[in-house]
Amino acid sequence: MNLESHEPSGPLKEKWTKHRNDISLVAPNNKRKYKVIVVGTGLAGASAAASLAEMGYNVQSFCIQDSARRAHSIAAQGGINAAKNYPNDGDTVWRLFYDTIKGGDYRSRESNVYRLAEIANEIIDQAVAQGVPFAREYGGLLANRSFGGAQVSRTFYARGQTGQQLLLGAYQAFMRQVDEGKIEYFPRHEMLDLVVHDGKARGIITRDLVSGEINRYKGDAVLLATGGYGNSFYLSTNAKNSNVTAAWRCHKRGAFFANPCYVQIHPTCIPVSGDYQSKLTLMSESLRNDGRVWVPKKKGDDRHPNDIPEDERDYYLERKYPSFGNLVPRDVASRNAKLVTDDGRGVGETGKAVYLDFRDAIERDGKETIEAKYGNLFEMYQNITNDDPYKQPMRIFPAVHYTMGGLWVDYNLMSNLPGLFVLGEANFSDHGANRLGASALMQGLADGYFVIPYTLGNYLADAELPDVDLKDDVFDEAADNAQQHIDKLLNVKGDKTVIEFHRELGKIMWDKVGIARNEEGLKQAMKEIEELRDEFWERVRVPGDATNYNKYLEFAGRVADFLELAELMARDALDRDESAGCHLRTEHETEEGEALRNDEDYSYVSAWEFKGIEEELEHELHKENLEFEFVELKQRSYK
Amino acid sequence: MSNYITLHLKIWRQENAQAQGRFEDYTLDEVNQDMSFLEMLDVLNEKLIKEGKTPVEFDYDCREGICGSCSLVVNGRAHGPKRLTPVCELYMRNFKDGEHVTIEPWRAAAFPVIKDLVVDRSALDRIIEAGGYVSVKTGSATEANSIPVDKEKSDQAFDFATCIGCGACVAACPNSSASLFTGAKIAHLSLLPQGEPERKRRAVRMVEQMEKEGFGDCSNHAECEAVCPVGISITAIAKMRKEYMHAVFSD
Repeated sequence: MNLESHEPSGPLKEKWTKHRNDISLVAPNNKRKYKVIVVGTGLAGASAAASLAEMGYNVQSFCIQDSARRAHSIAAQGGINAAKNYPNDGDTVWRLFYDTIKGGDYRSRESNVYRLAEIANEIIDQAVAQGVPFAREYGGLLANRSFGGAQVSRTFYARGQTGQQLLLGAYQAFMRQVDEGKIEYFPRHEMLDLVVHDGKARGIITRDLVSGEINRYKGDAVLLATGGYGNSFYLSTNAKNSNVTAAWRCHKRGAFFANPCYVQIHPTCIPVSGDYQSKLTLMSESLRNDGRVWVPKKKGDDRHPNDIPEDERDYYLERKYPSFGNLVPRDVASRNAKLVTDDGRGVGETGKAVYLDFRDAIERDGKETIEAKYGNLFEMYQNITNDDPYKQPMRIFPAVHYTMGGLWVDYNLMSNLPGLFVLGEANFSDHGANRLGASALMQGLADGYFVIPYTLGNYLADAELPDVDLKDDVFDEAADNAQQHIDKLLNVKGDKTVIEFHRELGKIMWDKVGIARNEEGLKQAMKEIEELRDEFWERVRVPGDATNYNKYLEFAGRVADFLELAELMARDALDRDESAGCHLRTEHETEEGEALRNDEDYSYVSAWEFKGIEEELEHELHKENLEFEFVELKQRSYK
Repeated sequence: MSNYITLHLKIWRQENAQAQGRFEDYTLDEVNQDMSFLEMLDVLNEKLIKEGKTPVEFDYDCREGICGSCSLVVNGRAHGPKRLTPVCELYMRNFKDGEHVTIEPWRAAAFPVIKDLVVDRSALDRIIEAGGYVSVKTGSATEANSIPVDKEKSDQAFDFATCIGCGACVAACPNSSASLFTGAKIAHLSLLPQGEPERKRRAVRMVEQMEKEGFGDCSNHAECEAVCPVGISITAIAKMRKEYMHAVFSD
């Protein structure tokens, strides 16, 4: 199968403009004839639903939370990038593009990333107009700060709650369209299957999470904005309900899953403390602007950090990467934290942590300044750990945070299944093998506000979309499929809980498909995941029934899907016999322990086609070759 | 090093909106004090599932204090004993060995119980729907720095904008008023130049929607401010009244 990216030709800087000039439009009075299903209400989903409704489309929007405002984008802390160049430090669209594609270790599409950099400025304008309270200078204009992987200050922020403020902006625009009657809104509804009619995505099957009813909805296109799959590791910074189910069920209906092995492990999280732990908490990357990362030079040094003198501390990021220092990209920072703890120099009770120290920043700028910048993060840290970061360094360690992989999409954000579009973290498109800080908010909103409004119209204008009936066979089959899956889960009646299985899966993933991977470990992981999956279907105990609110039934369905996806993640990591960005194969490292790419053989997007599941998952690999016309591929260096 | 305690829990159980609810007692041993309150409930549920009983339903998602899903009244107080802390960020080190802990849902006519500790808060969405926004279509915005905003005002607006929409203010209010929630959004937007053109319409529509949903009036008990996990000031309510009066009486 030929994977066509449908990138426009011509110079990089003109591609998006040219594309907008060339694509088909739907006339204003025709838009009201179309119905668009949007699943997910995070930054991508809410901004898409609101924008499409404003244009005149009829939108049906679904989310699993009790309110659209609670989608997990709400938890993003640090900021959003845009090359406004307000600080006058030499930023340009080209630099934002270049930093992003380099940060992703040259495993993303040039045209997509350039478009993202180009659109970013408009997102800031839109958010400000909505009343999003970004940080400002005393003159009343917008403030910026710097983030990892860049040498300019281009990150716009709203204290440590940028995701919350941007999502509320999009949510409010969304609710305005609910009021206008252009969005029909279904909170507490979970998508369980995609309905494909005549080769095109034409509807979805959902479960009403309150009544347990299985419902059918039809539309002219389906937009998936359902986030990432970091919870396949059980412990992650993702919200507890974040899951892969909607995307995975689309995958099983034919949508290709791209680059599933690219998982971002964020360097600054609060370390794991016990078995009961249900999630990990991120400490924003912005802290690395002022905090200094270190471990003791001596192995097993168990002195209190404040008692370790300056010359016995190893500020390893500053030592190894003098030009970026503590602001190296996330994958580099995480890998180095693992290297020093593997070397026996980790700190804290478990030895699985490093210090992030604000002593020097407090001495330099005063406690008040640091408090104004990071007060809420310091409080959060103290509340969880019972330690005061103003008085002693924070202990941090990497944790799973974001997934760059996702459903494969072309330049128009359409999957290989016509009519199925995928936005935000749920797609694979813009971050390559590693996402830079403050780029997720940018991508989610770019997709929703400024890409899909054009590209969806192009599809609808040219597609033949005969009316479908909710009683059609394809709807019957999909609804039965969803119901049977639920019945099957409830009928196992075993002796092990869903959480126990999920935790075991997480351990396999963290140990063998985590920060560092190798052939042997990955093969073993695939085998262990298969065994765990078999055990799940023999021994899982799901309490209650399907006819009312039942959280553990929801979880059971999601964990069942993670148990399949996880195997594909390991398989993809095994297939990619090179290192790139966050994907570190220990067989392929530079002498300094950096990811060593193999551009000759692996400069492609892996796009996996589902072929069935017997003992093991059957997949066929398709490749989209990445062509680099405008940037030169180099070994990344942050020295 | 971790400490372990025993807790005696009294938890509200209710099958659905129509059913009669009741308290049930549970004793939980070996509660690690480094656990969060919700992790303690996870442990209880694992135990109940293993015993073939029905686990306790409660709402949660981010477990880091920002999504606003969690909604428990602990020992009579919305979000529990610790100020400025949503219950997902409440840690068991705030409880003593042998302590009795009562756990209830948000109680308000406008928040019907769905099951156990889970309530329906869609009324809050409808208040935002009535006017909690700036009407600016995608694509029609001007250049961001063409709208300078006084830093002090912007910071004040931010303080109101941090509302996480959990509804604790309603649960704590003797009148089940949603004034703090509604006031916070009105205050956020009315402090900014972007919110200016729709000030009057917004205040009137949001206040009227709040009444329609069955929330009570505010009578200045300030219980809302005391339980708000993000510290929204009750001045939001003063601001809301001023905006409403201004909208109704000026022309």
